[in-house]
Amino acid sequence: MRALPELMDPKRARESPESAVLSRPSAFPDEVLERILSLLDTHKDRSSASLVSKAWYHAERWSRARVFIGNCYSVSAEILVRRFPNIRSVTLKGKPRFSDFNLVPQNWGADIHSWLLVFAEHYPSLEELRLKRMTVTDQSLEFLALKFPNFKSLSLLSCDGFSTDGLSAIATHCRNLTELDIQENGIDDISGNWLNCFPDNFTSLEVLNFASLNSEVNFDSLERLVTRCNLLRILKVNKTITLDQLQRLLVRAPWLTELGTGSFIQELTPRQYADLETSFKGCRNLQTLSGLSEATALYLPALYPACANLTFLNLSYAALQSEELARLLAYCAHLRRLWVLDTVEDKGLEAVGQNCPLLEELRVFPSDPFDEEIVHGVTELGFLAVSYGCRKLRYVLYFCRQMTNAAVATIVRNCPDFTHFRLCIMNPGQPDYLTREPMDEAFGAVVKNCPKLQRLAVSGLLTDLTFEYIGTFAKNLETLSVAFAGSSDLGMQCVLEGCPKLRKLEIRDCPFGNKALLSGLEKYESMRSLWMSACKITMNGCRLLARKMPRLNVEVMKDEESNDGQSYKVYVYRSVAGPRRDAPPFVLTL
Amino acid sequence: MDFQGDANLKATELRLGLPGTLNEPAKQSPPSKSSKRASLEIYDESSSKKRETSSSDVDDRDSTAPPTKAQIVGWPPIRSYRKNTLQPKKHDADALGTFIKVSMDGAPYLRKIDLKQYKSYPELLKALEIMFNFSIGDCSERDYYMGSEYAPTYEDKDGDWMLVGDVPWNMFISSCKRLRIMRGQEARGLTCL
Repeated sequence: MRALPELMDPKRARESPESAVLSRPSAFPDEVLERILSLLDTHKDRSSASLVSKAWYHAERWSRARVFIGNCYSVSAEILVRRFPNIRSVTLKGKPRFSDFNLVPQNWGADIHSWLLVFAEHYPSLEELRLKRMTVTDQSLEFLALKFPNFKSLSLLSCDGFSTDGLSAIATHCRNLTELDIQENGIDDISGNWLNCFPDNFTSLEVLNFASLNSEVNFDSLERLVTRCNLLRILKVNKTITLDQLQRLLVRAPWLTELGTGSFIQELTPRQYADLETSFKGCRNLQTLSGLSEATALYLPALYPACANLTFLNLSYAALQSEELARLLAYCAHLRRLWVLDTVEDKGLEAVGQNCPLLEELRVFPSDPFDEEIVHGVTELGFLAVSYGCRKLRYVLYFCRQMTNAAVATIVRNCPDFTHFRLCIMNPGQPDYLTREPMDEAFGAVVKNCPKLQRLAVSGLLTDLTFEYIGTFAKNLETLSVAFAGSSDLGMQCVLEGCPKLRKLEIRDCPFGNKALLSGLEKYESMRSLWMSACKITMNGCRLLARKMPRLNVEVMKDEESNDGQSYKVYVYRSVAGPRRDAPPFVLTL
Repeated sequence: MDFQGDANLKATELRLGLPGTLNEPAKQSPPSKSSKRASLEIYDESSSKKRETSSSDVDDRDSTAPPTKAQIVGWPPIRSYRKNTLQPKKHDADALGTFIKVSMDGAPYLRKIDLKQYKSYPELLKALEIMFNFSIGDCSERDYYMGSEYAPTYEDKDGDWMLVGDVPWNMFISSCKRLRIMRGQEARGLTCL
């Protein structure tokens, strides 16, 4: 959102004589223009439309129903409601991404409550709230449940601050709820009683995802809920649901398009196994399958009949071996997205290359990221094998313990359509294990061969050359993650000067100092945010940045983990809301 | 800047780091004094232990460096939820990650068990007996499965097949890679030692 002062107060803009001169009379009455613009879907299109003229700006803001805010501190709730009076759906992202990895202290902020208070007054018909990395308390959830009678859809991803009691409030009071999606949050899992709170006459649920909650739920309640909600199309249960319980649920809801199973290990009688197989056969619409924790070779075959239409298979919580994966993939020819654990090893990835020609996305997570004794996991060979068989690959997240420049060069020659390339060589600063050289040429190959690259995460031993390559070739790059890399300020400078579309830059443990930080002065206003921690930034550098760029928020935290007490965590972002008023004492806004 | 002479000396210098790391004077900055950089060197040393297939002679002198596990905060970059879900006991350095396969001669399919569920040999053997529906007899120190046509064996880290019961329990669970319950002639050979 551009900070154009005359647009901040829309009422004034309509009435002032200057604006009458600036705007041409529209060929359409406002209502028609609004109707036309309401057909615009994406945020980018809507933003573009709003910049055409005053008339279009106002038509767009009156007709907009959904808003996406990538940094909750870039704008305030007050500004939001002033510009967009008719919002039904809000998506908010809060903390910097590195908070997922414990680099941001507790109570940092991004609390949803102040937003809810404003929404209650201005958006009483709010229907949807999608939050990522926000702090949400039980009190907020209860407030949400009570104050918004039309509320339909709640999605919480990687949030913290609430407990299952908050979910009880949602289940109890949201009569029109269609979606409850609780994923990977740091929450207080007190009990599974929240599931019992859905009233007996409640039937509107379409999406239920409680896979990442640990407490046991009452199965009878769940079964009755699934039975009476005949619009249910997405169901992801947690590990406490057993196989035979799953079977009973599948019988009730065979039209599911997305299924997350519970635990996949149990002593089943042959009869139970046959029933399970039959139930899976009945799931003809399944496109997404996940869960499968503790899945073993014994019961996986029960799944095979349900795999024909699968486009997304998430095995990242199922420690499968290579043969088990290979046998399963033989039934998944239409797969476009696959997430696995590195227990499948290179051999399993060979099977991916052989069975999934339509694959677009592959994520390989480490099963034992901290254990150095065990030589497991995947290597460059697995990645190579996939690249030979899956030429449409565009998204990869790959955790490994060894990689070579040559392998990456071959991979991107095979798959030039990469838009997201996230390679994590788990040993910080590790070179090419065959040649002992830095991994510069690997990432050089990526940016040279993949013109559509939007997101890049680098790792391994890297010098400034990597960043020279990035600055020279990665012209569509929007997000860059860097750790334990680079030789000097020049590296960061190359990126800031060379990547016109850069929006998010997150850096940790690199030798970039004030010179690098300050080289991006003009750049940061066109970006969403910059994160730097454990680099060579000093307080003076941050102060200078803040002084020169008043429209940026420059927030500094002391780095607890560093020994010398000189290290800081810096978070820089553009904002039309000014410095935030809820900063805790350990966050210094310069 | 005459680095040539120095570089050659440095190449032959005995040190604990991997060659090619921290050794290119032109481009690399000197290691900083913060603890992060220190642990980076430690990681280089410990990683060299696993490079069996790659560079040959280099690793020998590196293997003398004991790997200190200085865990870096937030690395590798995995969400806390995922970390906690996969490894509830991540500080147990001796434990294997997950389940091991169990096969029995003559059985149509294999099973998997989590060794960490059991605290002793009798517990494990009892569980196996139930799982495969057979009897292994008494497991006593001297007699080893007397009176049974079955013998539980396991494959250890070195790939050798060993009789279950010889080593202390903790050593067993940290070295056992898979189990095989032998029967018939072969088994009798083992039990009559």
